[in-house]
Amino acid sequence: MLSSSILPRRVWLLIGYAVSAAALFSAPLYLNDFRLNLLAKCLAFAIVALGLDLLWGYTGILSLGHGVFFGLGAYAMAMHLKLVSSGSRIPDFMDWMGLTKLPWFWELFKSFAFAALMGIAIPAGLALLLGFFTFRNRIRGVYFTILTQALVIITVTLFVGQQAYTGGTNGLTGYTKMFGYSLKSDTAKTMVYLATVVALILAFLLCRYLVKSRFGKVLRAIRDGENRTRFLGYDPSSYQMAAFAVSAGLAGVAGMLFVLHVGIISPTMMAIVPSIEMVLLVAIGGRGTLVGAVIGAVIMTQAKSELSASYPDFWLFFLGALFIVVTVFLPGGIVGLIRQLRQTIIRRRSTNEIKLNSVVPEGNGVV
Amino acid sequence: MEIWVSQFFNGLSVSSILLLIALGLAITFGLMKVINMSHGEFIMIGAYGAYMTQQIFKSTLPKSLFDAYFPVAILVSFVIAFAIGYLLEVTLIRFLYGRPLDSLLATWGVGLMLQQLARSIFGAPNVAVSSPSWLDGGLTVFSGVVLPYKRLFIIALVALCLFAMYLYIYRSNAGRRMRAVMQNREMAACLGISTRRVDSFTFAIGSGIAGIAGCALTLIGPIGPSIGTYYIVDAFMVVVLGGVGKLVGTVAGALGIGVFNTLFEWWTDASLGKVLVFLCIVAFLQWKPMGMFAVRTRSLD
Repeated sequence: MLSSSILPRRVWLLIGYAVSAAALFSAPLYLNDFRLNLLAKCLAFAIVALGLDLLWGYTGILSLGHGVFFGLGAYAMAMHLKLVSSGSRIPDFMDWMGLTKLPWFWELFKSFAFAALMGIAIPAGLALLLGFFTFRNRIRGVYFTILTQALVIITVTLFVGQQAYTGGTNGLTGYTKMFGYSLKSDTAKTMVYLATVVALILAFLLCRYLVKSRFGKVLRAIRDGENRTRFLGYDPSSYQMAAFAVSAGLAGVAGMLFVLHVGIISPTMMAIVPSIEMVLLVAIGGRGTLVGAVIGAVIMTQAKSELSASYPDFWLFFLGALFIVVTVFLPGGIVGLIRQLRQTIIRRRSTNEIKLNSVVPEGNGVV
Repeated sequence: MEIWVSQFFNGLSVSSILLLIALGLAITFGLMKVINMSHGEFIMIGAYGAYMTQQIFKSTLPKSLFDAYFPVAILVSFVIAFAIGYLLEVTLIRFLYGRPLDSLLATWGVGLMLQQLARSIFGAPNVAVSSPSWLDGGLTVFSGVVLPYKRLFIIALVALCLFAMYLYIYRSNAGRRMRAVMQNREMAACLGISTRRVDSFTFAIGSGIAGIAGCALTLIGPIGPSIGTYYIVDAFMVVVLGGVGKLVGTVAGALGIGVFNTLFEWWTDASLGKVLVFLCIVAFLQWKPMGMFAVRTRSLD
């Protein structure tokens, strides 16, 4: 029925991807500083959304704890930046809290490679651990979701409480340098932006590869019927753990990039509200489609920036209403809506064709 | 010894509030498989209900009657939260049955809007409710251990609510219908129970109890638009730990979390205490994944 379009769907998709990639890479040429920074933030959130979509849209596990993984990645990078920026002295907040020596685990973050590695490994490891203790015992669905929420609460309390090591409520901020370059310079900003684009494309390709592979098929099987998958001889828990860990690792990457763009990380950014907003990104775009996650993240982050700046009160009403409208009326999100429209068009077109085709032969037959 | 008694007492009073909050959650979750994230906002509604009652007493009635406001406030909180809960069930929740994760997101949205509404009406800063003078002071058990009347009153109030819920669930016809729907919705409907009416009424009762919990919280500290969010996750943990669908599970879960939380926070510090409680819960779920008192079922999913 799609024969009316000249090219097959795959080619159209490829063209679409290529155009978007080109538009993203050339953004520094046509966006001002503020817009570029905002776009960079959107793209960082798109990486989280991709990971969450892998977990929620494809595996059917809703995590409300991705703020934690995001935050852990962000803290790993922030620790490195803080150390680089404070030079030979210990970071200022430790000084205020009465520490005289750098704690041993901070010492390790002097190396960028270690920090970047930990930004992925710590979230993924934590997810693996939590997944091991929940999925193996078939704690799932709502129970799992509530446990992830508790994880958020305790992580935030821990980070606020251990002020000498984490900077407390204020978080970590005041970084100036990276690899010896100033972070405030235009070149640095452009480079960081481009790094985000590359990370997003890599994350997208990784998720796409996973989703298209056998692994992805098993994930969808688990989503649609965990017990049946188990009866077929698969061990759902190991697949769930893997999906959870990959998803957390991607959130960690996003957190690292976020710190580079925003220049601050504090416990409020990994609390319950941001964690649930991350889920909303996926819900808005359309769960179960990778493009949907990216679209949702970009649109929502932009909208949040515009609306919350100009109408701070109105924004929460809007956000709340969005949660309700999307879950009740638009379970497929934006992508689902587009698909529905396309189906309607195709159906309408095909019924027209049937009418045309059927009228003529019948007329002939009678005569 | 003294410190043990007072720590245990503190744990008990934390547990009792958790219990009141978790009660409504456990019922709505068990009955309708709905995760009501806006439950915390019903606590807030109850708390502001008490605040409004107090303001009205202050402005219209003679000073001598002021101390009588609190019993009225409890009633007002219950009624307001009940009414809003009923409204919410009829307008939104009924479209979300059987989709727990979706219901979680939608009710979270409701919660956000209610919080913003409270912020617009009462202002963002916390407001204080002055507790009645007959709750000042405390009961001296033996030297060094004083149990504040406020906390004793809260425990008594919770016990009363619990008893009323027990009577309602296990001794009344409405409760029997409710349990029937919880155990097998289709079969109950076949036998002529209006599951729709049971659903909305139960949801409203759960919300009303949250309102009472909010009213009780005004005795402990100032109240603000986000008061509910402090308790909601702990209350969910109570439901997970205790198991769904049985009153005794909720009681045990609330006692466990409340007492252990207080004790751990006393031994270590507030942040590490929370971590320890969480680890204990996860460890416990290794042993009993469905919580302490799960309703036995042979269904697969």
